[in-house]
Amino acid sequence: MTYHLTVNGEPVELAVPGMRRLLDALREDLGLTGTKEGCGEGECGACSVLVDGAVVDSCLVPVCQVDGSTVRTVESLVGPADGRLSPLQEAFLDAGGAQCGICTPGMLMAARAFLDGGGEPTDEAIREAIAGNLCRCTGYTKIIEAIALAAKRER
Amino acid sequence: MTVTTRPIRSEPTVSPAAPSGLVAPVSGEIGVGRADADATPRRREGPEKLTGAAKYADDLVVPGAWYGATIRSTEAHARLLGIDLDPDFDWSKVVVVTAADIPGENVVSLISDDQPALVSTEIRHHAEPVALIAAPDRATLRGARRRIRLRTEPLPAVFDPLESRQQFAHFELAEGDIDAGFAEADLVIEGTYRVGHQEQLYIENQAMIAIPRDDGGVTVQGSLQCPYYIHKALKRALALSGDQAVVVQTETGGGFGGKEEYPSMIAIHAALLARRCGKPVRMIYERHEDLAATTKRHPAIVRYRSGVTHDGRLVAQDIEVIMDGGAYCTLTPVVLSRGTIHAGGPYRCPNVRIRGRAMATNTPPNGAFRGFGAPQTEFAAEMQANRAAEALGISPLELRRRWVYREGDTTPTGQVLRESVGGEEVLERAAEASGFERVRELTRIGRHARTSRQRTASGIGLALAWHGAGFTGSGEVKLASVASIELTHDGRIRVLSASTEMGQGTKTIFPQLVSQELGVPYEAVEIAVPDTSVVPDSGPTVASRTAMVVGGLLIKAARRLRSLVEDATGRTFADSYREYAASHGGARVDQRFEPYPDVSFDDDTYRGDAYPCYGWAAAVAEVDVDLDTGEVAVRHVVAVDDVGKVIHRVLAEGQVEGGTLQAVGYATIEEIKLQDGRYLNDRLATYLIPTAMDAPHISTILVEKPFSGSPHGAKGVGELPMDVGAPAVVAAIHDAVGVWIHDLPASPERILAALAAKGDARAGTRPA
Ligand code: FES
Ligand code: FES
Repeated sequence: MTYHLTVNGEPVELAVPGMRRLLDALREDLGLTGTKEGCGEGECGACSVLVDGAVVDSCLVPVCQVDGSTVRTVESLVGPADGRLSPLQEAFLDAGGAQCGICTPGMLMAARAFLDGGGEPTDEAIREAIAGNLCRCTGYTKIIEAIALAAKRER
Repeated sequence: MTVTTRPIRSEPTVSPAAPSGLVAPVSGEIGVGRADADATPRRREGPEKLTGAAKYADDLVVPGAWYGATIRSTEAHARLLGIDLDPDFDWSKVVVVTAADIPGENVVSLISDDQPALVSTEIRHHAEPVALIAAPDRATLRGARRRIRLRTEPLPAVFDPLESRQQFAHFELAEGDIDAGFAEADLVIEGTYRVGHQEQLYIENQAMIAIPRDDGGVTVQGSLQCPYYIHKALKRALALSGDQAVVVQTETGGGFGGKEEYPSMIAIHAALLARRCGKPVRMIYERHEDLAATTKRHPAIVRYRSGVTHDGRLVAQDIEVIMDGGAYCTLTPVVLSRGTIHAGGPYRCPNVRIRGRAMATNTPPNGAFRGFGAPQTEFAAEMQANRAAEALGISPLELRRRWVYREGDTTPTGQVLRESVGGEEVLERAAEASGFERVRELTRIGRHARTSRQRTASGIGLALAWHGAGFTGSGEVKLASVASIELTHDGRIRVLSASTEMGQGTKTIFPQLVSQELGVPYEAVEIAVPDTSVVPDSGPTVASRTAMVVGGLLIKAARRLRSLVEDATGRTFADSYREYAASHGGARVDQRFEPYPDVSFDDDTYRGDAYPCYGWAAAVAEVDVDLDTGEVAVRHVVAVDDVGKVIHRVLAEGQVEGGTLQAVGYATIEEIKLQDGRYLNDRLATYLIPTAMDAPHISTILVEKPFSGSPHGAKGVGELPMDVGAPAVVAAIHDAVGVWIHDLPASPERILAALAAKGDARAGTRPA
């Protein structure tokens, strides 16, 4: 069976079993290894990507469920023309929001969805937005600061 | 930030390799001015991590690689009679490796040689590796996995360290006269404290890829903390020469101690399979396997007696520490040693006896985890201090003011604390920043005024700790680590060290320290990937020793390189190093560890300077306790840490914040339940760590009491916050509801049980 998706702005055809995890399709079939696997059971959020703008755990989503959808991964965050870091990524770099970096791609996608949603970037709201993304390194403090900083800069 | 002491800089030692006329840089050169917030560089590998370009082990595409898996025991103790392969399965596409196939010694090399890479006769714990399989694709591997049976005969198992007869290590420290001390005491506070397993829970699971080499050896790439530990382990198990075993670190998604020991096991496994099938082999653990099989923080039982006088002096401490080592020795003796030395807490006491022992049980081996034995025993020490304050009717802050070590005091190993003693300062800063006494008065009023309809109780708690910097005793001297700087013939400056980056900032602070010392831009200094065929053995990346010890070596190396070039060219290093490189074909400076002056320790008697200096930490936690559910919300933590010298403020704060949250998890929700020696909650759905919603606001204050023995004054930061978070939270719970929780974690069940035992399920409604 062949599935049609838009991944990071590019049309993609995937001839894979329908139950193949979106995570594996991204990492192994499309070579987009920025998306990580931390648990494989929807607990850590390291595999977070955006499907039609919403944050999902790509380890829980079979490819057949996203036929026709638009998928965004961490690789799409840099400027399309110049490959430069986006303000969100810059903010993570400035604030120290990435340590070991393994949670970072998922964290960035959750942050992206939050910022795109246009909600007020309060501490509480940011915490809620990343509640599904575990980080063991940072204590979340600087991740929250980074997202607040990005919100300010993007305005 | 507080800078209370000016760094005392020792003159750099002129090693025989250094040119004559070596000029010591002016001490102000790495002063605060050059490392202020604006000048501190961004994380070196940050852009790769933020774009998804960084390559962690599982991201590497290795053409032709097979997939490896481990067949593990399902019993805690048994005799292995045989390994049966289902004859109905097509084994032609699969390789199987057992203990009989190990070309070298069947041992995972560490302190003791007790742990095999694969079981040959006796299974000693659940999830122990017994056989290995590899296949060209995952489906075949999965199929093969189901067709292997272990034939075993059960043996009696021991799960309780108190019932175990096998001891891995024991230590006894004594200072003063313990009987005289208790005779002098007006009050004796007694307590038994139990702390359980804790999982490091790096978000990147353990992962190794082994690639056969043309010379008959193997290159292993993976997620790891200590390349040379693995190098040594591979040489022994696979009977390889030093050149035939090559270990390369990939980007590493967290370690916290959990990638100190076990990667050696996985590397041996991957290498054995690669050798057998002649193909690269990927050993990428899934979370379940990682949780079920790899090392955890040692559970401990601490029995404590403290003698105090009515006027608030601590006159006697009698402490017994029992750690559960699990089935094999791993690093247990060193964990126990640190736990024993720190068990008295950061408090002056003239009469002390501390006895520690680590026992074997038929449970998966425990090992390194941030804090390395100290969080377990210092939890007990802080509980005792708080209970003593309560018994004496004085504030826990005031009690600590009287007890805390000051310069000139003597520790239980007989060490006189001569310098860099920051206990008092971190205590005062934490009290001040949190408004400790003021808030405590408010929570006291709240407790008295609480009506039965108020179902939440608030409390505040304080903890103080010390943490020996670097290796214990003569560890650093024995290790004699080396770090190097290379000026390549084409004028590049490269740091060569085996210290690994796993998020804490090695790749940033090393170039930062070296560039400051050489007077060149941060960007001009490169850092080599830890690859045992390229970098020298700088020792393991553990014990908060990277910034202090290896960073110190690099500063000394940079000073020598600078002199070498400046002496030859007569101009500044920055102006002339490219030219020097071209005309001299480059240069390389290897800096070996030299013992700190006036620091000595006797490993036989366990007397002397257990550490060259100590880091000091204080935490104040504020909590809300739900009186109906027993759930604790940690709302705010003020964390104050004396790190000697802040090298990079953002990275250092990040260490404190991350460590604080791990400690909060340890205090409240992180718990492993066992049944017949098997971890019951061996999935991320059941082993919980704090989310952003659970995490408190963390306010970090860094204090600088420099250590004169390191050229930059740094003492390390990674482990400090881990020692104070849990006792601060438990003290806050007591302040809120009036019960002491003696065992970690202070789970809802334990809190409700303690409230019920108090004979008042609504304990919060009365003055505590
Ligand atoms: S890997 Fe998908 S949630 Fe953890
Ligand atoms: S940065 Fe390491 S898990 Fe978040």
